[in-house]
Amino acid sequence: MAGDNVKHLTDAEFEEYVLKSDLPSLVDFWAPWCGPCKAIGPVIEELADEYVGKVQITKMNVDDNPTTPGKYSIRAIPTLILFKGGEIIDQVTGAVGKTQLIAMLKKVA
Amino acid sequence: MAKTDYQLIILGGGPAGLTAGLYAARDRLKVLLVEKGVVGGQVLVTDWIDNYPGFPEGVTGSELVEKMAAQAARFELETKNGNVVKINLTDEIKKLILESGEELTCQALIICTGARPNKLGIAGEDEFTGKGVSYCATCDGPFYRDQEILVVGGGDTAIQEAEFLTKFARKVTVVHRRDTLRATKILQEKAFANERIDFIWNSNVVAIEGEKEVERVKLRNIDGEEKEIAASGVFILIGTIPNNEMLPLEKLGADEYGFIKTDDDMRTKVPGVMAAGDIRSKTVRQIINGAGEGAVAAIASEHYLSGLN
Repeated sequence: MAGDNVKHLTDAEFEEYVLKSDLPSLVDFWAPWCGPCKAIGPVIEELADEYVGKVQITKMNVDDNPTTPGKYSIRAIPTLILFKGGEIIDQVTGAVGKTQLIAMLKKVA
Repeated sequence: MAKTDYQLIILGGGPAGLTAGLYAARDRLKVLLVEKGVVGGQVLVTDWIDNYPGFPEGVTGSELVEKMAAQAARFELETKNGNVVKINLTDEIKKLILESGEELTCQALIICTGARPNKLGIAGEDEFTGKGVSYCATCDGPFYRDQEILVVGGGDTAIQEAEFLTKFARKVTVVHRRDTLRATKILQEKAFANERIDFIWNSNVVAIEGEKEVERVKLRNIDGEEKEIAASGVFILIGTIPNNEMLPLEKLGADEYGFIKTDDDMRTKVPGVMAAGDIRSKTVRQIINGAGEGAVAAIASEHYLSGLN
């Protein structure tokens, strides 16, 4: 089903699931009140289906999880950060299209 | 008539593009809408819309465009995600070249590429974008709970969003370069009555400063006096500039700011090329006339196409 492959992350899970993972991860920092975040939701779900086993496609609700966004100085959403080996490979803010996100994911997969 | 991929291509998926798509799809044209990001355009960043008819209680920007997109989809409007980097209008066939290298051809083209927020072009602005500098109150406002922030501008967007931001911020200071606002009266009345909104008149922001995030801004008034004020956020809402980088402006006809000139039927100087919405040279940039122009452009395209056959 649409969205089944998107992992919804919490602050508590972030380090283990993203920073210590062997697989690269894309984290979509979002909130329910943010129109552009809602608009890219379906794109994130499609990417999650297409990158199974290659890149972990994840979302983090910044209202419920304030620690991780604070750590990365996120004050604008949607912000999408691509992690590999605990490091930031790339990041982008705004309602970007699928083509641009695929270009970003090419850096790791 | 030479063969093309589509009869009509619509470039951009904001209210103008989606409405043009709705009309063209209902007219059973072979039509494609190409959108660089996600459909919706600037409406997506609008928190609340009280002046689009048919929604007596008002509507959020994202819900309105979701409904527009769903309505076009009901008539099977084909859409594609892609970034058009060049448009070739030298032939009777209009050719669009995408960033991916893919080429798309059509007989008629409607340009609805819209506009994006204008920048101040001052020190610290780019450096702190996303770290205190914002162009979207509805996206970023909630990060400023109980903080003191600045809104730069005096038009509808600036004043409406200043009001919106008081839901979160302890204090919102509007900095405007003139001594009166350009915003609609009802928005002005609400802002003046709001205890959390202050105004600094006849002043420009000249620098945005801080360590890792925005901490203060430097202002200069019309007498040349400078002062610093503390702020953790600066919302820059000073109008828009056209998304015209991929357009052959000279051939199409543009005004001094780079917006496309058209006639009353949305036709540019190039036969078969229309423009609608915020990319057009005009004085009023509202969702309602963007959508209306999309409809007119679609009908003009139908007339053009039927003249070809």
